[in-house]
Amino acid sequence: MTTAAGKSLIGTRKPHLADSSFRVSLYVAGAVVVVVLASILLIMFMGGRQAFETFGLGFVWSTEWNPVTSVYGALPAITGTLITAFTAILIAWPIGFGIAFFLTEICPLSLRAPLGIAIELLAAIPSIVYGMWGFFVLAPFMADNVQPWLTELFAWLPPVGDSFFWFSAPPLGVGLMTASLVLAVMILPFIAATSRDVMLSTPQLLKDGAYAMGATRWETLTGVVIPAVRGSLFGAVFLGLGRALGETMAIVFVIGNATRMPDSLFAPSASIASVVANNFPEAEPGSIQLAVLLGLGFILFVVSFGVLALARLLLRQERMA
Amino acid sequence: MLNQISKGLGRAVRAAAVAGILVGGIASAYAQEVIGAGATFPAPIYTKWGEQFKAAGGPALNYQGVGSGAGVTQIINRTVDFGASDTPVASERLASNNLLQFPAVIGAVVVVVNIPGVDGNSLKLTGPIIADIYQGRIRMWNANEIKALNPGITLPAVAVAPAYRADSSGTTNIFTSYLAAVSLPFQTNVGAANSVPWKTGVGAPGNAGVAAAVQNTKGGIGYVEYAYATENKMQTPQLENRAKKFVKPTIAGFNSAAAQANWAGAANFAASMINMGGDTTWPIVSSTYVLVPKNPSDPERAANVLKFFDWAFKSGGPAADQLHYIALPKAVQDQVRKKWSAVTANGKAVWPAS
Amino acid sequence: MKTLAPHTKARHFRRQAIDMFMSGLCIAAAGIGLIMLALILWMLFSKGAAGLSLDVFTKPMSSTGTGGGLANAIVGSLIQVGIGSMIGAPLGMMVGVYLSEVGKNSRFASIVRFVNDILLSAPSVLIGLFVYQVAVAPFGSFSGIAGALALALLAMPVVARTTEDILRLVPQAYRDGAIALGSRENEVVRKVILPAAFGGILTGILLAVARIAGETAPLIFTSLGNTNWSTDLTKPMASLPIAIYRYAGSPSADLIQLAWTGALLITVGVLMLNVVSRISLAAMRRG
Repeated sequence: MTTAAGKSLIGTRKPHLADSSFRVSLYVAGAVVVVVLASILLIMFMGGRQAFETFGLGFVWSTEWNPVTSVYGALPAITGTLITAFTAILIAWPIGFGIAFFLTEICPLSLRAPLGIAIELLAAIPSIVYGMWGFFVLAPFMADNVQPWLTELFAWLPPVGDSFFWFSAPPLGVGLMTASLVLAVMILPFIAATSRDVMLSTPQLLKDGAYAMGATRWETLTGVVIPAVRGSLFGAVFLGLGRALGETMAIVFVIGNATRMPDSLFAPSASIASVVANNFPEAEPGSIQLAVLLGLGFILFVVSFGVLALARLLLRQERMA
Repeated sequence: MLNQISKGLGRAVRAAAVAGILVGGIASAYAQEVIGAGATFPAPIYTKWGEQFKAAGGPALNYQGVGSGAGVTQIINRTVDFGASDTPVASERLASNNLLQFPAVIGAVVVVVNIPGVDGNSLKLTGPIIADIYQGRIRMWNANEIKALNPGITLPAVAVAPAYRADSSGTTNIFTSYLAAVSLPFQTNVGAANSVPWKTGVGAPGNAGVAAAVQNTKGGIGYVEYAYATENKMQTPQLENRAKKFVKPTIAGFNSAAAQANWAGAANFAASMINMGGDTTWPIVSSTYVLVPKNPSDPERAANVLKFFDWAFKSGGPAADQLHYIALPKAVQDQVRKKWSAVTANGKAVWPAS
Repeated sequence: MKTLAPHTKARHFRRQAIDMFMSGLCIAAAGIGLIMLALILWMLFSKGAAGLSLDVFTKPMSSTGTGGGLANAIVGSLIQVGIGSMIGAPLGMMVGVYLSEVGKNSRFASIVRFVNDILLSAPSVLIGLFVYQVAVAPFGSFSGIAGALALALLAMPVVARTTEDILRLVPQAYRDGAIALGSRENEVVRKVILPAAFGGILTGILLAVARIAGETAPLIFTSLGNTNWSTDLTKPMASLPIAIYRYAGSPSADLIQLAWTGALLITVGVLMLNVVSRISLAAMRRG
């Protein structure tokens, strides 16, 4: 919504002293964000330089991870990170979106606030508790009930190459699938709460118009609400994806911590964040291992960078179309 | 509206801080705290000793189990009064960073199992068999190798589910050192270190995680510090030691290993207690180390660290027993105390405090 | 009234059916969320409530078998999370305001927006590592203030992202109206836009506080943890997440019990903060 001329009035007036100091403080806040990330990247890169120099491209591309012989390839951890984060988003996005729709349009008014708070409470649970829940409750349940069933159901799926067998794996309970599920529950409140707020902020006038024309709730959502707030809805997903890529404590409990390439969606694996957290406390100062871990931190930033850039690109194309 | 909320929040935080200062003021107002960080394995006993030391009139101790590597980093950076490491630090590192290393307490690693219908305590295993299990060569509990050792036990056709430490740890180092010492294939394929390229199994965080993973999984096998097996009442198979005897994990067996170690001949007390001789000796034993600066910037704090360990050597035995640790042999304690004279400030030894 | 033509009727029926079906799915989604919450809370309460006693709130941490509590960890967490939010939330709001009201689609704003999204995904252990380098190593001491700083850096991007998303949805007419009435830019933001979007911003702040209240990794190498009483911001300070982390990994049943109780305390504490702030917000709107 803009003025008739299509331009905002903000910034058209002569700056006042209060306004310029206001602007300066906002710029400074923005600069803080950039400086913090730049410093983190610098620290990671300087610390990890030795790893990049020693292993070259193999550091990113090799599947061998051997702390004994000091050969480190990050591909297993990168793979585990991407698989768990995307599976988690695939599960949590529709559910979080559904919850948001439920809370804004379906739920009786008197229940909206308490149910909304209940969903947000999922975000209040410390990540270590998610880890322990995943480890003590979800993993045994997966091992006994879900995995054998899925293995049988998808036995017909042809393997990818000759080493990746989708759903067939010894039912261990912990592994990629359990980690993805725990991550999905963890990011659910972020996606649900922000989507809900975004949907609520759609001008009621627009919605009333749609309803007046006889549109159903679902049609109003897909025809009016979503087009109006699409960008902000993507923001909600970024929030969840970001959390999933970097989550550490919960993942350590449920991913199975194996720095080998996974041979199925149930296989124990590792994520970049979990590898760093598992090994950092014992890494000796000045050692190649410490350099590797800091280099991994750098790679994780590059991965998030790539994922977010791709998402931005998709979003822009969609807006143009 | 914003202002109101932030004011309200601000008041709440100030109130909390004031309450904290009121309650905590009494304790934090006096005496210097001794701050230590490092290995997680000795954290319970250091904390216990710290309380008893304080009760005996010493300063308070704050020990945080952040991990051995981090402990070494912290003492090198001098952000703590002492560091602690499960594995001895190389002599050159000690020298270049002006550090003194000494052992503080001894611990043992035991194997834990969870096999349906089998009394794990009477099960007999050898190092090479465990090495094969962790390399994925033995996959079933009723494998011939295990059956041959246990003629009196009916072993079920249950898959072996090995668990290992997800986090890099001294416990893994001790365990893999033992496996590498008794199994050549393990040494060449896997090796010994704080974390190793396991060929099979799942990683669980910490001793507690491994213990829980074994308890939760039918056919589970893992390795933990002795205290975790005892406190969780887990089944610990007998192991074959160097003298070809099958031994149960007992304090006597751990003490025997400590007595066999060549303390006098090891630089910086880095004596190995892995796979020692003796009929009753348990094969997987190791000590944990303390690191102090030889050139402390604050002599009083440095003296407090040494006073603390002096007290622990003298009076900490019962607490060690209670928490399933093994106190250093008396002779080793005396050797350690002699080395403390290397900690000096202004040309004077800080201990014994005159 | 004329009857609808048959094909219109069929379409009407189909549209209603789709609506019912999708609504049903959304109700199921809400059900899944609530069931997950119930499952986790059930585990927390069944394991944590048994350890609740006055001692938990009045006694500091101590070794196994001595009946210690979590009082120093509770106070330490309040201090660090409090200071962390005091720094992180306003900073995040300023970044959000900048992105939505001033920077918009400028190049610098695009960079800030992108960088902020990356910070969101930064593993908290790396944030802790960064604060260790800038606020611990140079001073030679772990400190409560370093822990608070790490938490502030974790809260900031969450608040920034939600603030921007919400502010963009405040109708442009509000801004134009206020400016037409002679308000200055900063007045527009403070008196018109922020109040209009305050509910959504509060959600963002609460999400951020909830997140940092349970964070362990960024505190281990900043405030380190403390087994003794200390409210000195320049010294190592205890916190609930570190206490939980250490105790959950201990061999002793009494400490493991305290770990569960501590986890329950964090969750209940954040819940109460949520409820109280929402009720007071509603009361303020009415009053």
